[in-house]
Amino acid sequence: MTDAVPPTGTGPLAKREARLAWGLLFPTLAAVSLVVILPLMAVFWISFKPVGLANLRPPTPIVREDIRGDLEAPGDAATLRYRLRNSSQDQPILGVALSDAWPEGLEAGELDPRCAIAEGRLSCDFGDWEGGAREQIRIPVTATEAYFAGPGATASDPALTGQAQNVLTSFEFTLENFAQVFDGSEFWAVLGVTLFYTIFGTLGALIMGLFAAMLLNKSFKGQGILRGLYLFPYVAPVIAVAFAWILLFDPFSGSANALLIQMGVSEGAINFFGERPLALIMVTLFEIWRYFPLSFLFILARMQSIDHDMYEAADMDGASPFQKFWYLSLPQLLGILSVLFLLRFIWTFNKFDDIFLLTGGNAGTRVLTVNVYEQAFALSNIGAGAAVAVVIFACLLLFSLFFFKVMSREEGL
Amino acid sequence: MKTLRHGYVTAPVLGALWCFVIAVTVAVAMSFATGAPFRPSPILSLIWGAGIGFAALFGVVALWGAALAVAALGIVGIGPMASGDGTSLVALAVGHGALALFTALGARKILEECRIGALTRHEFEEAVIRFLTGFGYIFFTAIVLIPFYVMVMTSLKNQAELMANPLDFSIDLTQGWGLLRSYGELMTEYGFGSYLWTSFYVSVLTVLITLAFAIPGAYAVARLRFRGQALFSRSILLIYMVPMIVLALPIYIAFSMTGLRNTIFGIVIIYPVTTIPVALYMLQGYFRGLPAEIEEAGLMDGLSRLKVIWKITLPLSLPALASVSLYVFMIAWNEFLLAFMLLDDPSKFTLTRGIASLNSSEVPRQHLMAGAVIATVPIMVLFLGLERFMTKGLTAGSVKG
Repeated sequence: MTDAVPPTGTGPLAKREARLAWGLLFPTLAAVSLVVILPLMAVFWISFKPVGLANLRPPTPIVREDIRGDLEAPGDAATLRYRLRNSSQDQPILGVALSDAWPEGLEAGELDPRCAIAEGRLSCDFGDWEGGAREQIRIPVTATEAYFAGPGATASDPALTGQAQNVLTSFEFTLENFAQVFDGSEFWAVLGVTLFYTIFGTLGALIMGLFAAMLLNKSFKGQGILRGLYLFPYVAPVIAVAFAWILLFDPFSGSANALLIQMGVSEGAINFFGERPLALIMVTLFEIWRYFPLSFLFILARMQSIDHDMYEAADMDGASPFQKFWYLSLPQLLGILSVLFLLRFIWTFNKFDDIFLLTGGNAGTRVLTVNVYEQAFALSNIGAGAAVAVVIFACLLLFSLFFFKVMSREEGL
Repeated sequence: MKTLRHGYVTAPVLGALWCFVIAVTVAVAMSFATGAPFRPSPILSLIWGAGIGFAALFGVVALWGAALAVAALGIVGIGPMASGDGTSLVALAVGHGALALFTALGARKILEECRIGALTRHEFEEAVIRFLTGFGYIFFTAIVLIPFYVMVMTSLKNQAELMANPLDFSIDLTQGWGLLRSYGELMTEYGFGSYLWTSFYVSVLTVLITLAFAIPGAYAVARLRFRGQALFSRSILLIYMVPMIVLALPIYIAFSMTGLRNTIFGIVIIYPVTTIPVALYMLQGYFRGLPAEIEEAGLMDGLSRLKVIWKITLPLSLPALASVSLYVFMIAWNEFLLAFMLLDDPSKFTLTRGIASLNSSEVPRQHLMAGAVIATVPIMVLFLGLERFMTKGLTAGSVKG
């Protein structure tokens, strides 16, 4: 008789379940790695490369073919001309060669030593080209009877081959991008602006959200309408509300300025989005305005799930309303507040659209994310943009580590 | 602190503050509605407000008497709100009447429990809280509504009117349909009809593709046991935190190289990937909450796992699917960065990209705002119609923005 032994390891059922799980997850995994992991790696790769916007297309040899003189009757002479150049001003192309169909019945005069005509094809070998190289090949030709039956000398497109190094795929690395990014006081200014925007934007939205949640944490007629209304800033497209703000605070025809002047608060027009440090305060206010609904929604949901008995007990003990808020509600809300703070902190740090639309990063509002765009597209230095992106990502990892530490303590949202 | 807690101190102080709040509110509202120059007088509003607050202690009759007096003072010109010359009598009466009415109504509510003598801490704090609540409603409603009000009203006016008096948002209703000419021009000359359609089908496709990927993934994470499950549900959130601008750069390069830039196809590929992590995160939370017993019963009766998902889990999670769809639709509809970077050809613009192209000095302001309204209205209608799902979707969708 054998002893009954409990099975060890994973049984066939568990294996099947795991296989199914991976099967169900595969499409997502594939898509996410293609669009998130791969680009992330690409950003790291590019950040070490000297690459500008113009380098995205690898250098290619370019040729123009024309014929000087008229070939109208047999015996006419002309010059066939190929003008070639390197499309890039600074990148070399190796082993450039030209090949073109040689029209039948055309007699070539003296040929360039690098060229040869064989089996109805002209082929030229130019060897290696430096950046910005130009070449010209002139071939004196005479037409014969057979030529006029054919399509003409320039009918066929010449083919050019050449090995160019694409800077994106080469193994040439540089630390220049990072040096440029960290160089000078600009980076620290950008970081300072980012921190100001992130910290005050997050805190402001949280406090406003808490205030709004307290207003609506009671049932009365119209509560649903107000709740819907207070979510408007978050739900509307950012581009629509950003332009509405720009218009509202326009220095020349904005209603806000007109209102302030009329109320006697300010003397003249204020350029809200164009002055330091007012512009930074304005974009932070916009951030608070746009995202307080989110904090409000979460805090309200948490408030409504707080046990009511506690408040009744506190009432019995004679606690005043402020005491109830300070000693009962706030501790209950602390969990959601800290999670919200961390998450919102990360996302505000990542925010790009809002500032880009409001000020374009001018007037002392350039945050790190806007700097990526600025470097990559405005200054056409993709490498430097990627380097900034790497810096952002590093900060983000740091925050996430911290976040998961707190998150596991708070057990999620 | 203690001296504050007497009826004859609390009431005037709160009354004064409240009157000032109302004076600012009414002045702003009247300015925006009529364009006439109204402005609050801080000192006077505090003084008369204190009077109303004090009167509130002596019963309803005294309160309304004080309110009437304040309204009369206002029309004479020494009320809590001053108005410039040339304001029409109707506007004056409405403005000062509303001010007195709301001040009195508020004061009555705020000072409900106040007596002339000493107040308990409880009564005092209740009054303060009622004041803050009233202030909060006004404040939040104002800051939310004003930008939208400006947006809509600007779209109905023309550049010259806007420059002449930026505060005058009154519209000339006799124009009839002429009011909507900016919208007409956008639709006919700027191709906003096609942008609207592009945005719509891109968003719908994004929702469908996202669901097709996220439902199986979320089910696997929520229900099936496999190694790395915990790690996986964490990395979803991590991926969800990668900023788009970091990814936009290589995506731009890759799309430029493969010719996907400037195509709707490229946009439809890239949008769902930005929303799949969110959708997966939301759905797995919901799936976890469903009772596993029903599914197990299905398994016992001989359904395969996939059939269980199709016949049991999905019908049960229709509300969650609705919230997720709405949320994803909203993200896709409002998306700006990728559309801005990847689309250059005006015939392929989405709405947000189309509005961005209106932001130039050659296009009049009202067109820009009309574009903003066109983009905002559909999402608002959808949102208000399905608010219940939307709030749920937003709370489940974590805190992305």
